[in-house]
Amino acid sequence: MPELDAVDRKIIDNLQGDFPLCDEPYAVAARQLGISGEELLERLRRLLDTRVLTRFGPLVHIERMGGAFVLAALQVPDGRYDEVADLVNALPEVAHNYRREHALNMWFVLATEAQDGIAAAIARIEEATGLPVHAFPKEREYFVEMKLAARA
Amino acid sequence: MSDAPKLDAIDRALIVATQGGLPLAARPYRLVGEQVGVSAEEVMARLRAMLDAGIIRRIGAVPNHYAIGWTANGMTVWDVADERVDELGGRVGSLDFVTHCYRRPRALPDWPYNLFAMVHGNSRDEVRDQAARIAALLGDASRGGDILFSTRILKKTGLRIQVAAD
Repeated sequence: MPELDAVDRKIIDNLQGDFPLCDEPYAVAARQLGISGEELLERLRRLLDTRVLTRFGPLVHIERMGGAFVLAALQVPDGRYDEVADLVNALPEVAHNYRREHALNMWFVLATEAQDGIAAAIARIEEATGLPVHAFPKEREYFVEMKLAARA
Repeated sequence: MSDAPKLDAIDRALIVATQGGLPLAARPYRLVGEQVGVSAEEVMARLRAMLDAGIIRRIGAVPNHYAIGWTANGMTVWDVADERVDELGGRVGSLDFVTHCYRRPRALPDWPYNLFAMVHGNSRDEVRDQAARIAALLGDASRGGDILFSTRILKKTGLRIQVAAD
């Protein structure tokens, strides 16, 4: 795991939202953190290169764009796990995919711009893998908040 | 969804141009504007409007939970009485270690669970303790639960919309 110093942690904890919309936003954000804009940019480059951050930018809420976002799961036989993971991950509609300890051992999120894109993506996964996809569309969202403070 | 706000071609172009990340340069909105063919002021105004409409949830850093010390991640799932799930789902979602909380359909007989709460900790024991707090909160409204620990991230690119619409 990459080493994080106090400034890295401050960046991670304070820049998960509300990035300024102004001509020089990095300089403005950096001032609030007590560093220069150049230093903030350098640190963000390093945090992205070392995969501490997966991204820095806008996070889109696809349902508000008219699209769809569905959690789905597969029960993958052990001997086929890597092969099936490659087949599933090859679809651009698969936004993320996790191995989990359960009979349903592969859990992924399908995100599509059109409502009917989900059914098409599920059909393609079933055809490619020969496995039935269990879809768990959300019926109600109680809370979504990705903000977690750095503990490392 | 019929009530989704209408995005025009420039909004879409802005999302496509920034979904991999904002440029890491002193004036990122100017660079995005040059790419899309609008002024920096228009980029900022449109991003602001999409934030206000909830189309963009937020602008900022998206951390890899594992790399920042949240090394244990459990999808906790619960079989909660239908008539109480909405009230209790809101309370579970407000716990500080829960990052997502949703109601989803059961898939009987194999999958009796209708409430999903994603929990993060720095060890499996911490996640188990957190799940126990959820169980206590749900009380006898829950007929059972499970924790699905993640053992590997297979893919994490986030949402990618395609360049060509329609």
